[in-house]
Amino acid sequence: MNLWRSLLIAIAIGSVTPAWAGLEAFDFSGNVNEDRYKELIAEVRCLVCQNQSLADSDAGLAHDLRMEVYKLMEQGQSDEQIIDFLVSRYGDFVLYQPPVKPSTYLLWYGPFVLLALGLLLLLRTLRQRRAQIQSEPGLSPEEQQRVERLLNESDSGKEERQ
Amino acid sequence: MPAFVRYLTPLVLFLALAGLLYKGLNLNPREVPSPLIGKPAPEFSLPGLEEPLTTVSLDDFRGEVTLFNVWATWCSGCRAEHPVLMRLAEAGVRIYGLDYKDDRNDAKRWLLRYGNPYIANAFDESGKVGIDWGVYGTPETFIVDRNGIIRYKHIGPITIDAVNTKIMPLIEQLKEDKG
Repeated sequence: MNLWRSLLIAIAIGSVTPAWAGLEAFDFSGNVNEDRYKELIAEVRCLVCQNQSLADSDAGLAHDLRMEVYKLMEQGQSDEQIIDFLVSRYGDFVLYQPPVKPSTYLLWYGPFVLLALGLLLLLRTLRQRRAQIQSEPGLSPEEQQRVERLLNESDSGKEERQ
Repeated sequence: MPAFVRYLTPLVLFLALAGLLYKGLNLNPREVPSPLIGKPAPEFSLPGLEEPLTTVSLDDFRGEVTLFNVWATWCSGCRAEHPVLMRLAEAGVRIYGLDYKDDRNDAKRWLLRYGNPYIANAFDESGKVGIDWGVYGTPETFIVDRNGIIRYKHIGPITIDAVNTKIMPLIEQLKEDKG
């Protein structure tokens, strides 16, 4: 019984351990909204460990940038202003969602172009196939007669067996 | 559609994709292009490394083509490029340093031990100036022209090859430009 209780407590503690590395203790009682802060740092890439967001990374630079983001929010800057601050220094690469501009058109619209091309190809193939079927010559009178004879035969065969 | 076109199409598509992926294999994802190229260098004013009472600022660069090298004693790549910086300094290149998030005494000892290629070092203890310059990993080196415009950024240790193919030609060219 005691063992079970301690196990349960261990599981309960384990499940509430924050998944964030290197999270600073910020004071969110002022004008900085905690949810807004967390949402923003999760959208920004850490350039040191590139597959981690600013929220996840334990790199020194990520720590500094989280402090910076918090400070900017405290000064009352909007999300756009803070994103601009980061992009003007580190480039579009800091954004997990790249902006739509001429150099990213291929990225954003490429899949739709491919889809359209695929649809066109499908349409063309279907149309060709239909034309092919229609252009095939029908049965000649002799063949027609033979088909009817065969059909009748099998029908009468069935009746005989029954 | 002729038969050979039909049969060759998959092969051509495969080769195109393979070529694209092969190129991707050789790209270095750590080299993120800086948005600061072609823009005015970010202003800064920091205490000097060797003499904390002096100030090193962007104004010190003005009027001359300057190499601005971001380094730290905890950075192994900086140790690797240090001899190259010494040779650049000997060749008459103006080098300023940004000692980034470092310990002042360690950094002074480093310069005594390995030599000092810098005209002066700005001591960026908090890393704030590093953020303004978009530094995300030392060593990083910027070339700033006479008018204070950033013309080039080298990420990682400077190699002799980079000096010969990019850095020296650019510096020579910028020196000739009478801005």
